[in-house]
Amino acid sequence: MKLLEHEGKDILKARGVPVPHNGGVIIKPAQLASALKRAGKAPWVLKAQVLAGGRGKAGGIKLAKTPQEALALAKAMIGMNLITHQTHGQAIKVKELLIEGGVKIERELYFSVVMDRKNSCPTIIASAQGGMEIEGLAAEHPESIIRMPVDPNVGLRDFAARRLAFSLDIASTHTAEFCRVAKALVKAFIDLDCSMLEINPLILTPKGVMALDAKISTDDNALFRQPALAQLKDHEATALEKEAKAADISYVGLDGNIGCMVNGAGLAMGTMDTIALAGGSPANFLDVGGGADEQRVMHALKIIIKDKKVKAILINIFGGIVKCDMIASGVVGALKKIKLKVPLVVRLQGTNVDAGKAILAKSGVAIIVADDLWTAARKAVEVAK
Amino acid sequence: MAIILDKDSKLVVQGFTGSQGTFHAKQCIEYGTQIVAGVTPGRGGQTHLDRPVFNTVHDAVRNTGAFVSLIFVPAPYAADAIMEAVDGGCSVVICITEGIPVMDMAKVKRYITQQERSGRELTLIGPNCPGVITPGQCKAGIMPGFIHKPGKIGVVSRSGTLTYEAVDQLTKHGFGQSTVVGIGGDPIAGSNFTDILAKFEEDEDTEAVVIIGEIGGSAEEDAARFFRDKMSKPVFGFIAGKAAPEGRRMGHAGAIIEGGSGTHASKIKAMREAGITVVENLSEIGETVAKARRPLAA
Repeated sequence: MKLLEHEGKDILKARGVPVPHNGGVIIKPAQLASALKRAGKAPWVLKAQVLAGGRGKAGGIKLAKTPQEALALAKAMIGMNLITHQTHGQAIKVKELLIEGGVKIERELYFSVVMDRKNSCPTIIASAQGGMEIEGLAAEHPESIIRMPVDPNVGLRDFAARRLAFSLDIASTHTAEFCRVAKALVKAFIDLDCSMLEINPLILTPKGVMALDAKISTDDNALFRQPALAQLKDHEATALEKEAKAADISYVGLDGNIGCMVNGAGLAMGTMDTIALAGGSPANFLDVGGGADEQRVMHALKIIIKDKKVKAILINIFGGIVKCDMIASGVVGALKKIKLKVPLVVRLQGTNVDAGKAILAKSGVAIIVADDLWTAARKAVEVAK
Repeated sequence: MAIILDKDSKLVVQGFTGSQGTFHAKQCIEYGTQIVAGVTPGRGGQTHLDRPVFNTVHDAVRNTGAFVSLIFVPAPYAADAIMEAVDGGCSVVICITEGIPVMDMAKVKRYITQQERSGRELTLIGPNCPGVITPGQCKAGIMPGFIHKPGKIGVVSRSGTLTYEAVDQLTKHGFGQSTVVGIGGDPIAGSNFTDILAKFEEDEDTEAVVIIGEIGGSAEEDAARFFRDKMSKPVFGFIAGKAAPEGRRMGHAGAIIEGGSGTHASKIKAMREAGITVVENLSEIGETVAKARRPLAA
C-alpha cells in the first residue's frame, strides 16, 4: 500500500524524524486561512497530495509568500489534473493540499531504504545530490549513489550511520543528528514492514536534519501486524479492486475490453498476454484463487461485468486441486442468476476436464467452449469486436 | 536421480493437522511420497493420516529420520516454521504458504546464509509456491500429480498454475519431467532460478530445462547470465506479464514493475542474448520443446 506524503510524515514525526511544521491538509480553499495560521509565518508551501512522484516539476508544489498568493494557488491547485513523469501519461486529480511552513535549506540529500530483492535485505540508497529523481541520478551520476545493505534484525549500526555521514560529506556540526535521523528512518522501514521509504530530499537546515518529503509504501502481507497502517485508506485501489479484495479475489483493472477470470496469478498474466498476442486487449487481471466455488465464480463475474468496457469474457481454468466440473457447475449456476450481455468463452483443462465440459454442454447456457488457451483467446478477441 | 527430491526422500509436514496440511499431505501420500511425520505444536503423541504427530521438528527428525520439511503453516508463523525446520536438522525445506511478510523472509534468508556459512548444505524452496515434484517418485506440494510424467525435462517456475499449463503441454507432446520446481511468486524467494539451474545442469537425468518467469525483479536476467556462462544444456524460457502495466502488482507479491525495472522486454532480451530459446506464446511451450528435440522415450 502506498501512503500519501502527509500520512508518511505524520508517522515519521511520531518516530522522531523532524519534518516541516504544517497546518494540516485542506480539501477546499475556504479551509486555507486557518491552515496558514496553524502553519506559522510566511512563506508557506502548498503540496498536492497525490501518490505520484515528480510533483514539483508538474506544478504540484508551490511556494506562497502572502495569504493572497496562497489563496490563488489553492484555488488553482485543488481540482487540477496533475501529469508527472510517473503517472504514465494519465492525469491525477488533486483532491487535497498539505500546507507547510517554509524551511531554510542548506543542502539537499537523497535518502531511501528499499527491499533489495537480489540481496534479500533492506538496502539504503543515498546520494549527496538530493532533489533529483533517483532514476535520473542513477543514469547521470551513478558514482554519486551509495548503496548500503542493512541487517533486518539489527537496523543501521552506529558505525554504518557514521560511514554514511562521511560518504555524504555531512559537516561535523550535523553528523550526530544525521546519524540519529538515518537510524530512525531505517528503524521505521523495518518496524513498519515497508517495501520502500524514500526521503527526497532529506535536507540539512541551519539547525539540523529534516525530511522535506516522504514517500512510503508498505507490504500488504504484513498488515495483520500493522494495525495503524491497516486503518489507512488505500488511495490506489479503485472501487472494483476494493470490492474484489474484500471477496478474496485478486483483481487489477486495465484498459482493454476482454474480461478475464483465471485461477493462479501466473496463468492470469499468461492469459492476458495471450489475449494481447491474439490481437485483443485484456480488461483486467483476475485471479479467482485456489478455492474457486460457485460463490466465488459468481462474485468474480459480477466484478468483471461492472466494468462497462468489457465486450467479452474469457474464463481460463487449469484444474489442479480445483476440479473443472466444480468450476463448470459454478459458471452455469452463476449464469442462471446473472444475465450476461456479453459473450463468454470458457477454456477448461486439467482435473475432471471432461466432466466439466459435459456440464457446460448440457446446461443450455450460451458458452463458447475452447480446448486450448490460444483458441480460446482468439475466439474471445473475435467476439469482442 | 533428479534434483531435490527422489523416492528415498523422507518428509515431515509442518502444519500437518490443519485443513490445508491435511488435504495436501493426503494427496502427497496417495502419490507415493514418503511422509513419515507431522508437526503441530501441542498435538505431539497423536496420530494423523496414520502418521505420528510431534510437537517440534526436532522430535520428528530424531524419531523418524525425516530430512525434508513441507510447510503449510499460516503466514504469520511460517517464517519461524522455516527456521525451526532448518534448526531441527532438515536439509530441504519447501514452504507452500502464501502471504509471508517480506521482512520475515529477509530475516529467514539471513539465518539460512549464516547456517550455510557454518558448513551446512540447505535448500529452501518457496514460499508462495506449488512445491516440488519428481514425477513417479516424490510429490511435495499442491500440484496435480497426474499431469506429470517421468522424463528428462527440468521445469522451474515462479508460478503455480502456469507451471501446470507448461507441464501439461510437455506431457502431451511426449516429454516427461525430471523434476518440476516452483520457486514461488514472492519478492524474496528461498531459491532463485540460478540455484535450480545449477542443480539441473549437474543432474544426469535432466537433458533440457524450461524456465517460466514473470515480470518483477531480476531473477530471469540472472538466470540468462548463468545460462550463458555456466550451462551446457538447452534452456527454453517463457515470461508472463507482457500485457501488465507498470507499478501494479499482478497477484503475486513479486510480480511488479518498479522504477522501469523488471520489465517483460528486459527479461526477454536478456534470455535471447544469452541464447535461451524464448517462447512468446504460452500455448506453444510444448510445441517449441518438441520442435527442438525429438520426443524422448518415457
